[in-house]
Amino acid sequence: MNAVPASGPALRARGLSKNFGSLAVARNINLELPQGARYALIGPNGAGKTTLINLLTGTLQPAAGQIFIYDQEITALKPDARVKRGLVRTFQINTLFPNLTPLEAVALVICERRGDAPVWWRPLPHYRAAIDQAFDLLSKLMLDNVCHVPTRELAYGQQRLLEIALALATEPRVLLLDEPAAGVPREESGKLFNAISALPSDITVLFIEHDMDIVFRFATRIIVMVAGAILLEGSPEEVANNPQVREVYLGGKQHG
Amino acid sequence: MTDVTAAAGAHGYFQAQARWRWLEIVFWLATLLPFVLTPSYLVLASQIAITALFALALDLILGYAGLISLGHAAFFGFGAYTAGLISKWGWGEPLSGLLLAGIAAALLGYATSFIIVRVSHLALIMITLGLCLLLHEAANRAGWLTGGDDGLQGVTMWRLFGRFEWDLYGYTAYAYSLAVLFVLFLLARRIIHSPFGLTLRGIRENAGRMQAVGAPTRRRLRVIYTISAAVAGVAGGVLAQTTQFVALETLSFQRSAEVLVILVLGGAGRLYGAIIGAVIFLIARDQFSGINPQFWYFWIGLLLVVVVTLLPNGILGGLAQLLAQQRRKKSS
Amino acid sequence: MLAHFLGVLIDGPAYGMLLFLLSVGLSVTLGMMNFVNLAHGSFAMLGGYVSVSLAQGANWPFFATLPAAFVASALVSVLFERVLYRRLYRATDLDQCLLTIGIVFMSVAAAAYFFGTMQQPANVPLGLRGYVTFLGIDIGRYRLFLIVIALIITVGLVAGLEYTRFGAKVRAAVDNQRMARGLGINVDGLFGITFALGSGLAGLGGALAIDMVGLDPNFALKFLVFFLIVVAVGGLGSIGGTLAAAMLLGISDTASKYYVPELGAFVLYAVMVGLLMWRPQGLFGKRQ
Repeated sequence: MNAVPASGPALRARGLSKNFGSLAVARNINLELPQGARYALIGPNGAGKTTLINLLTGTLQPAAGQIFIYDQEITALKPDARVKRGLVRTFQINTLFPNLTPLEAVALVICERRGDAPVWWRPLPHYRAAIDQAFDLLSKLMLDNVCHVPTRELAYGQQRLLEIALALATEPRVLLLDEPAAGVPREESGKLFNAISALPSDITVLFIEHDMDIVFRFATRIIVMVAGAILLEGSPEEVANNPQVREVYLGGKQHG
Repeated sequence: MTDVTAAAGAHGYFQAQARWRWLEIVFWLATLLPFVLTPSYLVLASQIAITALFALALDLILGYAGLISLGHAAFFGFGAYTAGLISKWGWGEPLSGLLLAGIAAALLGYATSFIIVRVSHLALIMITLGLCLLLHEAANRAGWLTGGDDGLQGVTMWRLFGRFEWDLYGYTAYAYSLAVLFVLFLLARRIIHSPFGLTLRGIRENAGRMQAVGAPTRRRLRVIYTISAAVAGVAGGVLAQTTQFVALETLSFQRSAEVLVILVLGGAGRLYGAIIGAVIFLIARDQFSGINPQFWYFWIGLLLVVVVTLLPNGILGGLAQLLAQQRRKKSS
Repeated sequence: MLAHFLGVLIDGPAYGMLLFLLSVGLSVTLGMMNFVNLAHGSFAMLGGYVSVSLAQGANWPFFATLPAAFVASALVSVLFERVLYRRLYRATDLDQCLLTIGIVFMSVAAAAYFFGTMQQPANVPLGLRGYVTFLGIDIGRYRLFLIVIALIITVGLVAGLEYTRFGAKVRAAVDNQRMARGLGINVDGLFGITFALGSGLAGLGGALAIDMVGLDPNFALKFLVFFLIVVAVGGLGSIGGTLAAAMLLGISDTASKYYVPELGAFVLYAVMVGLLMWRPQGLFGKRQ
């Protein structure tokens, strides 16, 4: 990755705005994540959370605004270039390689990161270090026993873990997790929780979640989005007790 | 399983994939059989080798990178006409002519790759088809250059390596075609088992995710498309050189559709599927050529419908599935 | 020169309207279900052969064979949809291409087997033969008839799409399939009906086409390319786009045949490739 010492907040967005026709899906969003942060992004459906992720990763172009990673502006960069700068995301719906095994998939990402991907004249077994790293990463996420099973045959919870593994294989500096626990049944969420808490402390993480257990367990700070704009940002206690948040989520009535 | 052996298993996995299997060695040795067993069929054997090479070229983009092309004959025919014209204009040395045919097709492939990798779905189908139709029509109209509908005549090749005459029985032709097929097969095999080959499969499986992990997918696709065009062009060149004639149909939609059928029949994404498909298809066509050509069309159509609905991974894929089921039965 | 121009003026739009009738079904079904149906030409060809069989074998009047062609193609398409196509709605483009190419091959062989490889004679009734003179210009009666009937059908289609509930559902499904399903629209059933209508129109077009472009077993393959060009250039799911592209194609093909016959279809293909390079979604299609 970069040899230049990182300075400034890990991720900063200033004045991000986006419209789909007359519908404003992002309104003047300002965001700042310090290094090592564990921030959660919550909000009702349609609030624009995934849109914000898409804007940050470059999948969507903003109408206005800027994005910085460690004070380097990345607003004009294409999505794959942003990955090279350390900004990586996972997907809410599994976006995996159905016929590749987890080992192949992770090795693929590692080769990509190391710049070995364009090499067509040397066989894969030559790249021992990449394969070792791939296996290590899969072991950390408890996927080593299924590393030779094609992805489409994995259990859903395992696929969700692989979803994170692929992102981690890029050695990101800033990781955007889009509903990592989406659809994972209670029995399997333990491994997922372990994976999230085992994330290296120097990685900055922003995760979208609906599951409040995860949010209050892992987040040090919560950002609440409603209708394309940030409603408020604060510590978990502040957010939990905020009347506006309650209204947005529970329609004004408080249940227990 | 301890950590060490598990990790060794990971290395072993990739090594096993890249290793030559004894069945492969047997297969390639068997390709020498026509010389002794069926010398009267050497011309057909040449055709099979050429078509197999063409199908291999298509497999690189279709089976491995996931790019569908309804017009790959554009490169096949372009290579054929290039090789034919070079010879007709006075330079009859086979290998250098073949090299030039490959380079010409590669340049065409490179130029068109920029638009190919930017489109998908119907636009991709139509642009690949359209380019092929364009070239076909251009060749048809430019009779002064290509001989038009009558084809390119007057292609005369010098002796191979200055020693081997192009005999009527096809010994030299088959040896030539087979050697070219084998060499380019080795190249394709190398590519498939390399990191680049793995990224191609990744692009095929999920191009969006590849971008999301930092892969410049378009650049990768352009590279493989160019390589594929070059190989197809070489196949066309071999055809021109061994038959000393170039027909207009080398640029036709029929040729493009046929190679697609052959690849799918054998099984795309398996390298050998291209070769097996060519063997089966051309031998079958040779055997049935006496019968009404309408029957042939009908049965091929039916075969396609059957393969798509029942055997989506072609013959090799079906066999692989069968083997996997047998293995599962044994272990349970 | 003037004679050429007048020829293009009449033949061009007639050919264009015919292409529109033949292609509109393909455009809507491609736009709705993203199902690449390369066998569309076979349904058109079927309509043509049905018309010929009824006219020659059972002595039906020409005008009666037209709805028969429509119905025959529509019914056969329902059969294919239920038995084969339905299984591949979520399959890859390649698989859909291969399946439908297989059907084309079979239909071409079957047509040759049952009807021979000769061109089929058109059974144009006496009233539509010959010319009508208007302002000193000789206009072929059949060409005129084609244009009129195609216009009527076009108006009917547009009105149907705009003003009926069925049409509204079709537009919704083409625009955003997932949302349409979410709204409770039975997209699969809708597709079946739309597909039948589109294939029926193709069959009707096939019957009408005999006098203009002929009918032989190669019709399905030969004109497939044109249908695909019209649909790709016009934009999937857009009736207006299909009409514009069909007219563009029909007029420019006719014009090039009159004025620059030595270039053949080259111009056509070049224009298509160029246009798709500039706008891959076609003139009126949505961006993917």
